[in-house]
Amino acid sequence: MSQSTHGLGGLKYDPAKRSRPQELNVFIALIVIVAAFEILGRLLMGDSFLLNTRDNVDTFFNEQRLQIIILQVSIVGIIGLGVTQVIISGGIDLSSGSIVGATAMIAMSFAQVATVNGNPNPKAIFGDWAMDLPVIVPVVVGLSCGLFAGLINGALIAYTRIPPFIATLGMMVTARGLSKWWSKGNPISFPTDGYATIGKGMMPVVIFIVLAVLFHCIMTYTKYGKHCYAIGSNEAAARMSGINTEHHKILVYTIAGGLASLAAVVLSSKNLTAQAGMGVMYELDAIAMAVIGGVSLQGGRGSILGTVLGALIFGVIISGFTFLKLDAYYQEMVKGIIIVAAVVLDQWRQKGRSRG
Amino acid sequence: MEDIVLETRGLTKRYGGVHALEDANFILRKGEHVAVVGDNGAGKSTFVRQVTAVEQKSAGQIFFDGKEVNFEGPLQAREAGIETVFQTLALADDLDVPSNLFLGREMFKFRLGPFSILDRKAMRERTLEALKTTAVKIPNVDNPIRNMSGGQRQCVSIARTAAFASKLVIMDEPTAALGVQETAQVENIIRGLKDRGVPLILISHNLRQVFDLVDRIVVFRRGRIVASLRKDETDGNDIVSYITGVKGTDAAFA
Repeated sequence: MSQSTHGLGGLKYDPAKRSRPQELNVFIALIVIVAAFEILGRLLMGDSFLLNTRDNVDTFFNEQRLQIIILQVSIVGIIGLGVTQVIISGGIDLSSGSIVGATAMIAMSFAQVATVNGNPNPKAIFGDWAMDLPVIVPVVVGLSCGLFAGLINGALIAYTRIPPFIATLGMMVTARGLSKWWSKGNPISFPTDGYATIGKGMMPVVIFIVLAVLFHCIMTYTKYGKHCYAIGSNEAAARMSGINTEHHKILVYTIAGGLASLAAVVLSSKNLTAQAGMGVMYELDAIAMAVIGGVSLQGGRGSILGTVLGALIFGVIISGFTFLKLDAYYQEMVKGIIIVAAVVLDQWRQKGRSRG
Repeated sequence: MEDIVLETRGLTKRYGGVHALEDANFILRKGEHVAVVGDNGAGKSTFVRQVTAVEQKSAGQIFFDGKEVNFEGPLQAREAGIETVFQTLALADDLDVPSNLFLGREMFKFRLGPFSILDRKAMRERTLEALKTTAVKIPNVDNPIRNMSGGQRQCVSIARTAAFASKLVIMDEPTAALGVQETAQVENIIRGLKDRGVPLILISHNLRQVFDLVDRIVVFRRGRIVASLRKDETDGNDIVSYITGVKGTDAAFA
């Protein structure tokens, strides 16, 4: 660290005035929310939100609840990782939820078993050739769908220069249409055992954590990550500096699509079925996680760690409402309010910082 | 001519019917610092935009480093060795100083396509070196540029140019928005370039600064070069009369 106390023109530099990392603020918010549920729980329900109160298990925390909190956000969290790098590079991706739907339908069609309880699979999409395939087939097919959709998003945005909002909105509607057309609205079920293990138990959490670490490293230590921040911060400057912004954007959206389709594989495996309506609103939940985690919608700022914390806040709120036996409708309303509040806070932070 | 870095012959730029730049013949020699002065709309910035290929010239030739060049864009010009500080800062506000200095030309620990691992330590060290050689004082290079004053940001921008400058530096009004001390800082960087023998084209409205820093002054008026004078054979009044058109309406100069 260069510890010169004199800045330019004799301006004093005060290390204490260095702004707190945004992630710390989000973490504090997470603690506050958990504490609020803990207090409300003790007052209203006479039970602890976080700590173990059962006699038959010997743990300090209520591990079951902790598992549920992270399990229920891990699949949308996988999408959130992709959305985070899109938003940091100055874009937005509304198509991820629909990509989940389309990918789940298509991947599941290649993951079916031939016979269920001695009878032919009643939900069969293709003929015998597509039955009992090795698990790699539906996974590769599924990921290809997402990567391809993302590639189209990226190419549209980079080369036709239409706003990301419009390009991905188009993909959102198109991919949802595809997922409904694929099996004429019928659910696709009865996957092979191999496919069913992908999202079994706590597997979604493991996948989410591994990917979060991977993408944290990518965004922090690689040229790709650095250029995401640069383009989101000042696209003209990035271009002037020799960054191929078109290629970079295509890559960003392709990766986002790939992550959405991976989430679809995990989700359909976990549910043992795929339906045309899978993933509806996931894109907004993923964006909300990122925004709550301090990722600025104006681009250039935020982190994977922030999004992971944002996802945890999401999970805590859903679990907390269930714990307090509040109606599910309240969850949606509160989610909406929190998203707006997070963006307003971000704007205030910006105002406080810019001094011209 | 071996010692000529940049030469333009009959450089012309028209926007529709407007002759923004007309038949500009300009020579810059090795290690020379030249100021480009003139009233607003005299063609100074237009001239720079043709040389750096931000815009494409309508007519004329540009010779750089001994051969004729036809840059397709500012990137090519930069790769050829022309570093420019533009009036609008080309910095990414959310990145720290090393990231901005090395934007688009990062150093790597090992290469893996787009996912090449950055050598952050080496970039940081080279940044501190570059700031030292250009005499720029930035209290904390790990802060995002956003948190810095206009002067500090301008210094980062100039340090970036100066650090990588090999053949030619162009600055378009680098001190226009700066305070007194910050201006002094930028002027020091320019003197450093002179000591290192890096040639410079400086666009400025500030005649005091111009006489302080450069060897030669080129005056633009209504899209034409009307004078090219060595600093010691002219003075402020003389330059002003060329700028305003009292003198030099039938330009005769070397």
